[in-house]
Amino acid sequence: MQQPLLELKNLNVGFDTERGLIRPVRDVSLSIYPGQTVALVGESGCGKSVTALSILRLIPQPPGRILGGEVLLEGRDLLKLSEKQMRGVRGKDIAMIFQEPMTSLNPVYTIGDQIVEAITLHQGVSTREAYQIAEESLRDVGISDPHRRIHEYPHQMSGGMRQRVMIAMALSCKPKLLIADEPTTALDVTIQAQILELLRKLQQERGMSILLITHDLGVVAENADVVGVMYASRVVEFATVEDLFDRPQHPYTEGLFRSIPKLGAHHERLETIPGMVPNPMRFPAGCKFHPRCPRTRGCANAIKSGRAEAAIPKGSNVPPDVVQAVDAEGESFPALRKCIEVEPTLREVHGSHWAACHVTENFDKAPGTVPQLEHRREVVPVTIEGDALPDVPVTNAAAMGLKA
Amino acid sequence: MAQNATAPNSPIAPLPYVSSRDSRLVAPATGGPLLEVRDLRTWFPIRRGVFSSTVGHVKAVDGVSFNIQPGKTLGMVGESGCGKTTVGRTILRLIPKHAGEVYYKGQDFFAYHGEELRNLRRQMQIVFQDPVSSLNPRMTVGNIIGEPIEVHGIARGAEKREMVAGLLKRVGLDPTYAARYPHEFSGGQRQRVGIARALALSPDFIVCDEPVSALDVSIQSQILNLLDDLQRERNIAYLFIAHNLAVVEHFSDEVAVMYLGRIVEQAPARELYANPKHPYTIALLSAVPEPNPRPKKHRIVLKGEVPSPSNPPTGCAFHPRCPLTRQLAAGASANETVQITSGGEPVRVMGRCVHEAPTLVPKKGEPGHVAACWFTE
Ligand SMILES: Nc1ncnc2c1ncn2[C@@H]1O[C@H](COP(=O)(O)OP(=O)(O)OP(=O)(O)O)[C@@H](O)[C@H]1O
Ligand SMILES: Nc1ncnc2c1ncn2[C@@H]1O[C@H](COP(=O)(O)OP(=O)(O)OP(=O)(O)O)[C@@H](O)[C@H]1O
Ligand code: SF4
Ligand code: SF4
Ligand SMILES: [Mg+2]
Ligand SMILES: [Mg+2]
Repeated sequence: MQQPLLELKNLNVGFDTERGLIRPVRDVSLSIYPGQTVALVGESGCGKSVTALSILRLIPQPPGRILGGEVLLEGRDLLKLSEKQMRGVRGKDIAMIFQEPMTSLNPVYTIGDQIVEAITLHQGVSTREAYQIAEESLRDVGISDPHRRIHEYPHQMSGGMRQRVMIAMALSCKPKLLIADEPTTALDVTIQAQILELLRKLQQERGMSILLITHDLGVVAENADVVGVMYASRVVEFATVEDLFDRPQHPYTEGLFRSIPKLGAHHERLETIPGMVPNPMRFPAGCKFHPRCPRTRGCANAIKSGRAEAAIPKGSNVPPDVVQAVDAEGESFPALRKCIEVEPTLREVHGSHWAACHVTENFDKAPGTVPQLEHRREVVPVTIEGDALPDVPVTNAAAMGLKA
Repeated sequence: MAQNATAPNSPIAPLPYVSSRDSRLVAPATGGPLLEVRDLRTWFPIRRGVFSSTVGHVKAVDGVSFNIQPGKTLGMVGESGCGKTTVGRTILRLIPKHAGEVYYKGQDFFAYHGEELRNLRRQMQIVFQDPVSSLNPRMTVGNIIGEPIEVHGIARGAEKREMVAGLLKRVGLDPTYAARYPHEFSGGQRQRVGIARALALSPDFIVCDEPVSALDVSIQSQILNLLDDLQRERNIAYLFIAHNLAVVEHFSDEVAVMYLGRIVEQAPARELYANPKHPYTIALLSAVPEPNPRPKKHRIVLKGEVPSPSNPPTGCAFHPRCPLTRQLAAGASANETVQITSGGEPVRVMGRCVHEAPTLVPKKGEPGHVAACWFTE
């Protein structure tokens, strides 16, 4: 068995704020194998970006603080490196595409200067060669007229172009791990497909691993091998992409899937997960999802009406104790006592499927190891390779308004 | 005592505000569109050399026309860099136009100045694509949202704070976050602050530039439902720019598809998705990733390079990448076709596509369905 390229073991990160310590990353464990794409999804503010930044030790310190855990890159704990050693890792071993390109592009330098600086720093080539590499990598990410564009400043580009400049910059140094925080949100779907295809190609050629942070579950479904779902600073589910979509285990994941607006279904009202994301200053006790959780409610109601057997899955070992809990609006509702008292940890509930919910089959006996999944997806989406047009226009002739 | 929002501590530089409470300058038009955009063009100069002489133009928006009715939503989609943000900003006069007209409630919006313009602008708000550069990093979120409320004399003190708390709650943020600064938020949280700020003044037109792309699907749904409720309650019209086609379809009454500075297709939302006409629209729809790990859908893959708005292709701007013209050329007689180079390769396309620019004309389908393509019916 291969060794993971990157392993996070019980990573804990805090921010010292005026109002006290907040913990945006709590006991996060996951692993990424060479050539694998691991997607990280979850509610806005749940700690995905802070997790990513902590891997590179880029969280602002202070107020940020790594409270504990390990970040192992090929077995080496990055948290123990000196700042100088860490500079060698950044950009070269691990490159990052930041969520908001404007925060990481310097407005007073042309984009060419910025890419070239990154290339000469890590690859030891001449400035002239670096300009050539830079132009090529801009063309790779679909920027037209790179010869002219390379002399432009970030404010002269559209949102999506800036994002692609960031991607070009990150890829130009051939990293082993690419951390891509919302890399394609500012892009239209055709360019998004092109960029994701480029990433797949580089992944195959170079064996590059990708940590893909995104809200687009379509992008996740089509590109990830393995998916981690975060909620309230924790990983609450970790599974192969097929397994996660086929049988989500955590009620939060189920709620996410229900909220996806579907193309072609002109809904009047979109489904949501009722309630609010908890404020990390005032996380609820027990399971952080309990104020919004339909499962604990459902179980509690079933117990109250004498159907405890049917409601609580086998081997989950949740006592049929019902208490009144309080939701985000301050309303009271019936919940399982265990849910509001004990925070569930991530456990392997089925073969290769980790979840953190008491009310899951066999949860009580499941082992709580660092999740490792050396899985590669079964179906690779349509590729953009090949020079001739595929037979697409023929099959779409009707849609294109062509008479047969 | 009008205050100008270009003051250093203003939440956003370019949008000035007014003081008086209900000084609506323009009487609501009866029946007409809220916003009418005619042949709008926005060009950015390309400067070169020591004297920064203008050597050409990036024709970011080059002849865009549309109407938005009160209380309705026009969705806008299109390739990254095709000019969507520029359209939104030009309409609000945040950047100068090159040519064209914008009528707001039947009045020429470009004719307003000074105090009158500021009054009008209160009714027209924008949610920026890039929340980082649009939120003042030195102001707390409470002040960012509360300032326009106070400046416009809508409320102050405790009443204002209550309004801010209410707005934060409506966008799904804990009211105690008012004391925090923008950098203490995640990307999606900042985006919601931008939305709360735009809603603070009860505008009747909002340009929403990628308002939900930084949000997870559950909060995205909450925000979309909220924008929907507000539209019903207050008859707000939206220009809704987004890349997520499912979201646009859900949210819009009509959808316009842009390509290289122009609208190439426009139709009622459902009709556009059920019956797309322009090959670019078809390609776009086919590329939408499905929330299914075993995708089956057939993808149309665009070949060739993304064109540059400083040097757009002749004829139909889409011709170097259009799968339809290639397909047609393969079955057409030689005198109807021409050879071009696209993506470094020779390609045969229809001569008409290279020589003549198609205009938006009605297509077979529901009324109001227009597209700019020579070869779709
Ligand atoms: N510099 C900071 N000071 C204080 N709190 C912070 C800081 N940066 C982030 N946070 C908080 O940490 C939490 C996690 O933020 P993070 O940026 O990781 O979220 P995220 O999962 O990436 O969300 P999104 O999907 O919206 O980008 C949030 O509650 C945020 O408000
Ligand atoms: N200030 C500027 N100076 C020069 N060119 C500009 C400026 N602002 C925008 N452009 C150019 O105008 C074109 C349209 O940009 P715009 O931001 O409107 O695109 P967009 O459709 O919003 O794209 P995205 O989906 O990526 O946000 C792009 O080619 C861009 O580079
Ligand atoms: S542990 Fe309880 S509250 Fe938490 S997700 Fe599971 S059922 Fe819901
Ligand atoms: S006019 Fe020609 S090039 Fe343009 S979209 Fe139609 S077929 Fe394609
Ligand atoms: Mg983030
Ligand atoms: Mg834009």
